[in-house]
Amino acid sequence: MMERRLYRVQEIGVLAKLRAVSWVYVSLLVMLAGVGYVALYSAGGGPLPFANRHALRFGVGFLILIATALTDLRVIKRLAWPLYGLGVGLLVMVARFGHVGKGAQRWIEIGSFQLQPSELMKIFLVLALASWFHRATWERIGNPFYLLPPALATALPVALILKQPNLGTAVITAMVAGAVFFAAGVRWWKLALIALLVTVGAPLAYHHLHDYQRARIETFLHPESDPLGAGYNIIQSRIALGSGGLWGKGFLNGTQGHLDFLPEKQTDFIFTVFAEEFGLIGAISLLFLITLIIAGGFIIALRAREPFARLLAIGITVNYSLYVFVNLAMVMGAIPVGGVPLPLISHGGSALLTAMFGFGLLLSVEVHRDVSLTDEQDLI
Amino acid sequence: MRRDAIRTSLFTRRALLLGGIEALALGGLAARLYQVQVVEGKRYALLAESNRVSARLLAPPRGRLLDRFGTPLATNRINWRAVLIAEQSGDVDATLARFSAIIPLSEHEQARINRELLHQRRFVPIILRDFLQWEDMARIEVNAPDLPGVQIDVGTTRLYPFGPTLAHAIGYVAPPSEDEADDAPVLALPGMRVGRAALEKYHDLALRGRAGILQVEVNATGRVIRELARNEGVAGADITLTLDAGLQQDVVETLGEESASAVVLDARSGEVLAMATSPSFDPTLFNSGVSQAQWNEWTKSRGTPLINKAVAGLYAPGSTFKMVVALAGLEARTIKPGERIFCPGYLDLGDTRFHCWSRYGHGSLDLRGGLKNSCDVFFYELARRTGIDGIAAMAKRFGLGVRPQIELPEARAGLVPTRAWRESHGHHWNPGDTVVHGIGQGFLELTPVQLATMVARIATGRAVEPHLTRAIDATLDPGADPAAAPALDVPAPYLHMVREGMWAVVNEQGGTAPLARLDLPGMQLAGKTGSTQVRHVARELREHGHFNSENLPWELRPHALFVAFAPYDAPRYALAVVVEHGNAGAQRAAPLARAIMTSALTRDPLSRASAAPRLAASGESDPSSARAGTP
Repeated sequence: MMERRLYRVQEIGVLAKLRAVSWVYVSLLVMLAGVGYVALYSAGGGPLPFANRHALRFGVGFLILIATALTDLRVIKRLAWPLYGLGVGLLVMVARFGHVGKGAQRWIEIGSFQLQPSELMKIFLVLALASWFHRATWERIGNPFYLLPPALATALPVALILKQPNLGTAVITAMVAGAVFFAAGVRWWKLALIALLVTVGAPLAYHHLHDYQRARIETFLHPESDPLGAGYNIIQSRIALGSGGLWGKGFLNGTQGHLDFLPEKQTDFIFTVFAEEFGLIGAISLLFLITLIIAGGFIIALRAREPFARLLAIGITVNYSLYVFVNLAMVMGAIPVGGVPLPLISHGGSALLTAMFGFGLLLSVEVHRDVSLTDEQDLI
Repeated sequence: MRRDAIRTSLFTRRALLLGGIEALALGGLAARLYQVQVVEGKRYALLAESNRVSARLLAPPRGRLLDRFGTPLATNRINWRAVLIAEQSGDVDATLARFSAIIPLSEHEQARINRELLHQRRFVPIILRDFLQWEDMARIEVNAPDLPGVQIDVGTTRLYPFGPTLAHAIGYVAPPSEDEADDAPVLALPGMRVGRAALEKYHDLALRGRAGILQVEVNATGRVIRELARNEGVAGADITLTLDAGLQQDVVETLGEESASAVVLDARSGEVLAMATSPSFDPTLFNSGVSQAQWNEWTKSRGTPLINKAVAGLYAPGSTFKMVVALAGLEARTIKPGERIFCPGYLDLGDTRFHCWSRYGHGSLDLRGGLKNSCDVFFYELARRTGIDGIAAMAKRFGLGVRPQIELPEARAGLVPTRAWRESHGHHWNPGDTVVHGIGQGFLELTPVQLATMVARIATGRAVEPHLTRAIDATLDPGADPAAAPALDVPAPYLHMVREGMWAVVNEQGGTAPLARLDLPGMQLAGKTGSTQVRHVARELREHGHFNSENLPWELRPHALFVAFAPYDAPRYALAVVVEHGNAGAQRAAPLARAIMTSALTRDPLSRASAAPRLAASGESDPSSARAGTP
């Protein structure tokens, strides 16, 4: 079997790169956003107020996607730590000057655009960790001191996000980091030990949670105790899902969604609007589309040749799939309500653009899968 | 290369493992979807189509405010009202049109209803009409089939049995704004009110309680099929205050028609027993929104009825400040016990001549005589010797110029100037400024509650803080314990000298306030008068001798002040009275102080077990409250 040579220098031009972009994958993303358009059209009762803005944002996101896909992976790798620093800086800014929404500081405003740095931070963290583990050998990975810097690099943003407070995103960030550690080859028992420590520490942490976060956990355990708020959402969401049945009520015929039973239906609960109108068939189809996107991410990761590229692809894919799992489990009432949107389908600019940036990185890994990432300085 | 191969195969294994976990999770989601949408689908479809889960919200009753003996000062009364639940109504506009054919809704009401329909969840009842008459209720019931979603329910509305008598201390409630309802969903319930002033505002969260919920399954016609869940919620806390409603009524009657305020404290603990401001207003009027005409009348009235003058009225303390100047002088040793100062009727400082209120002078006086005669020259000279910063530091120890910790958001800090304060405003501190502050004029601005606190501290030697809360539900406020107040950082002999001076003011031949003398066996009152000129008039008076202030227009007449404590040998009550533009403290405020103190001493609000104060007219004479119970 002949092993393909790794390119030492950039030997492919823009046109060649454009041809190398996986357009199959891009079309999957367009289909996903199309589902979002349909669901938001229904949630808004027409192209306004949600669906058209969603399309416009997807257009902007598409440019980001392609631009990121064409960016040299070595440039991305060199930018990994500076971007990480930027992300931490933004989180600190949010803590100091951010806007308080629903009892937590999460946004900063740049012009009229609201940025939620915790979303970007997850991707920057994946970049930083992938860059760190790029040169990790089996021996190095076994050395606890080698693992200390990336562990601290994970703990810092997680702590900042916890403080906002945004429990859901903090947990997702930690899990994404955990996946990168795992894929990098960190020993089983070390990860298991940390997971155990977190599990034991959680009840202690519960006492330090904000009242509203405790309320969310309580609501999850007893949804009927807060029927005005989150509990009501879960009950109504389940009725909407269930009443959709096998075939659904038909486009624009959903009653629960249209009668305003579902608050925030255009953001966190968009899946229910879709599933009520298109039934189990529609919902499973959407799930299948999502499965293809996740599987595509894994394939890109396995095809990549360099550790940085592989870990980056794994991190981005796990990040996306955690969004999906948390959001869907949330609307089905299986885990506490956590304010996690469904990427490319939920209404919301910041989350959509961040997701497109992430997919752009994934495509860049695919485009540059045979490019050597070892810098001259790394050889010394 | 071999190492790389190991690494690659490790990565591949682990990536496949992660992929496997994800596949399992996706499969789990699909299975759950199948469960909800197909297996349980029929049940949920039924819930969504014909039967609905309906949430009936149970508004928590707002906690009551009680006086120290349990007499209700703010309570709730029953209110029958028509509400609309949009979720059950179908065509809301048609229902509203039919409703207003039965009970005409004004344009104003229509606008409010439409606004609430837009902002509220569809299962939250919206009030169509409050305070229903018996006939209206009958008409609605008869037409019920034409009015889907319209229900008659019973709520509560705030009732203030004492009306204007306690309006300033208790405050009032008003409907919440939309922003507030966003922050606290319980406020979205019909009839919920938010405290907008005084104790109703300060204790709002405790009084509010938590909403209850009744989850029922109803069929398409709105009939309840079964109860799914019930949570009674938590009623607002009952708050027991330090006020004595009976004493309060006496104080209000004593103040009469004057634009005045008075505060009575338990001198040992700082408990506020009475706090009155006149003229007053009817707090019940805020319940459903005040009319523009009424608002204009209040805000334009020269008696400023909406302002709690007892804690927010700022007055120069005048001669009532002389105790503080005396104590500052004693501490700074600018006057020794027994030392005398000569008063020729004026004090010259540079080119300026500062006059004493007595044109002929008081001759040679010691500290006691200075207080007894309220000699201005004595305190000009003492202030000149002591300096403004020494006086300000002493004033601060008596709570002057410091915002009191009293539970009233309206309370103000007032102002006790220092040299640094004046310089920070870009001015120079003149020696003449110090002199006028010696008699409580100049930049000084204090509230009646601060003056009462000052007297309580002089009387007991303890740093008492005025407060109004005695207990929240059954939890007793620690401030109710007289031993809780720390000792004041002023030597007891000095306080004793000042108290003697205050005793002489009232009880000795030639004192300035004989009208405050008590007519009770074995009890004596000690006090101090104050007459404080409106600022520019003060200057005229000082610089050009005397004129008869009775001839001035009302707004320019001096304020009349009196502060007192009693009984002299075992102080229990401290009070401050301010009569706006009342001319002279000795004539106008002292008799009021005497009447109030007599009432306090004879009714003894501190040890009485229970009481049945006379009820004010406001709530009881309202015809709708009598009707409320009948249906």
